[in-house]
Amino acid sequence: MSAIPDPTSEPTSPASGSVFTAKAGARAFFEAWPPMVLIALAWIALCLVVVAFAPRIAPYDFLALDLRARLIPPVGMGGDWEHPLGTDELGRDVLSRLIQSVRVSMVIAFLSTLIAATLGVSLGFLAAWFRGRVEQAILMLIDAQAAMPFMIIALAALAFLGNSLTLFTILLGFHGWERIARISRGLAIAAQEQGYAAAVRDLGASPWRIYFRHILPNIASTLIVSMSLNFPEVILLESGLSFLGLGVQPPLTSLGNMVGYGRDYIQSAPWIMLAPAAAIVVTTLAISVIGDWLRDRFDPTLR
Amino acid sequence: MLRYLLSRLGRALVTLVLIVSAAFIVLRLSGDPAITILGPEAPPEAYAAFRAAWGLDQPIWIQYLKYFGAIAQGDLGNSMRDGRTALEVVGERVPMTLAITLPAFALNLLIGLPAGIFAALNRNTWADRAIMAGSVMGFTVPSFVMGLVLALIFAVKLRWLPSGGSDTISHAILPVVTMGVIGAAVIARFTRSAMLEVLGQPYVRTASAKGLVWREVIVGHVLPNAAIPTLTIIGFMVGSLVAGAVVVESIFSWPGVGRLLVTAVANRDLAVVQVIILMIGTTMVGANLAVDLAYGWVDPRLRTARLKTA
Repeated sequence: MSAIPDPTSEPTSPASGSVFTAKAGARAFFEAWPPMVLIALAWIALCLVVVAFAPRIAPYDFLALDLRARLIPPVGMGGDWEHPLGTDELGRDVLSRLIQSVRVSMVIAFLSTLIAATLGVSLGFLAAWFRGRVEQAILMLIDAQAAMPFMIIALAALAFLGNSLTLFTILLGFHGWERIARISRGLAIAAQEQGYAAAVRDLGASPWRIYFRHILPNIASTLIVSMSLNFPEVILLESGLSFLGLGVQPPLTSLGNMVGYGRDYIQSAPWIMLAPAAAIVVTTLAISVIGDWLRDRFDPTLR
Repeated sequence: MLRYLLSRLGRALVTLVLIVSAAFIVLRLSGDPAITILGPEAPPEAYAAFRAAWGLDQPIWIQYLKYFGAIAQGDLGNSMRDGRTALEVVGERVPMTLAITLPAFALNLLIGLPAGIFAALNRNTWADRAIMAGSVMGFTVPSFVMGLVLALIFAVKLRWLPSGGSDTISHAILPVVTMGVIGAAVIARFTRSAMLEVLGQPYVRTASAKGLVWREVIVGHVLPNAAIPTLTIIGFMVGSLVAGAVVVESIFSWPGVGRLLVTAVANRDLAVVQVIILMIGTTMVGANLAVDLAYGWVDPRLRTARLKTA
């Protein structure tokens, strides 16, 4: 097991030696990659596989009804391996629905975070470039957005916008842009003071080129960390709204949607609700662990 | 201080106007309430009459100005569903929401602050790790999962508490605990890191080096300084309590403002939705204002700095 090249950590092992090197190497490895982070990464990797190959992994079609196999409990609660996580009241396989739900929730959260990042970075850069009135206006927008719980804004907007999946994803993209805008504005202003930005400006580069080709790569690590903290929040928001019946609509399914629907069977078949609930908790936990780890590792400014 | 207060009030007012405007724009521009209320097959005259009655046939900016004029006069419109004033419809739900959010808020502080302080003072002990492990929950367990799991355990399995309704005081326990525990976890985590930040400062070392008893160092130097970042989080908690109430009231069929908002949104009862958004906005702006003023109270440095700039 070789130590991961990590410029920030001191070499903990002597250059030579047999058993000691191996032990120190292992310790260095686990210091750089704590077990929690490894587990979290493994879970996210699993989720990504699910996102990519959902229909092929799922044992059944997530919409397939089987009225002879209704409300079968999962393995461990009296069920068998034919339906490892049991079935719902229409005989649909919970595992297959869970796989599909993970896919839908992850894709929505990913796209929304991307929208929030694009919006936030663009507005942050605009504020940093123009300063003055433009900056004041953008800062006011940021304050107004931060002053209201996003759940309430989303709730109001959603029911009036209708239940299109595209609109829902775009709406969720408005969550967290203000934090990214604030960070990228601050970093861009700081970067403008540095030599490289002035140098490319003197070379005649356009603002577009200065900001997106030179400043953006330099502040990317902080932004990526900020996005990784936004991601689990979007998952929670999506599942909360879908839980209330205002997000992802049947026949499509998402994690929150499954919980909201399983809530009606909490007495007779709690597993319908527990499986997606556990998936939400584990996924958000895993991404938070990875986000914290990334922040500690790559981003000195947020420490 | 007075000028500072006035400028803060002015900014709060601007924020409120922005919130109301945003709500107005979103609510009015998307979807026709006439069709929602009367159904898709009503005769065209009925639609026209409905729009005229509610002023929906006028240009949007006139509706907008009239809306602000009406707010200034304290007239927030009538509920399109039952004809009573929207303020009345919302107002009768407010006590129910306060009945669960206030105890939940108290629970947040009563558990969160001591837990965070204790964890920071016993850093890296098993108690610290246990508290921090518990507090991760607040960030990763959504309130609807927490609420349903509590309902599953205490209402379905143990049958100790009712799972929904609002008839007795025992109906309030699960909603309050759901919101209380989640918020406490968040506060504990932030209090701990604020404490650790302060404990690392040179002045703390100086205070203990000059012979102060450790307890006096904590009470006199660490807690007041750690209170500043913690206050910010407590301000945020008001917002998450409001958002949490929407979900928790829906889970436990608690007849508060949150559940009213969900039904009003589903029914497109514009006046009611706007009243609720205005109310939540005012609460949030008020909470932020209170936090800002409390900064000056806990931190004399900010007081003088503001006198100079204001």
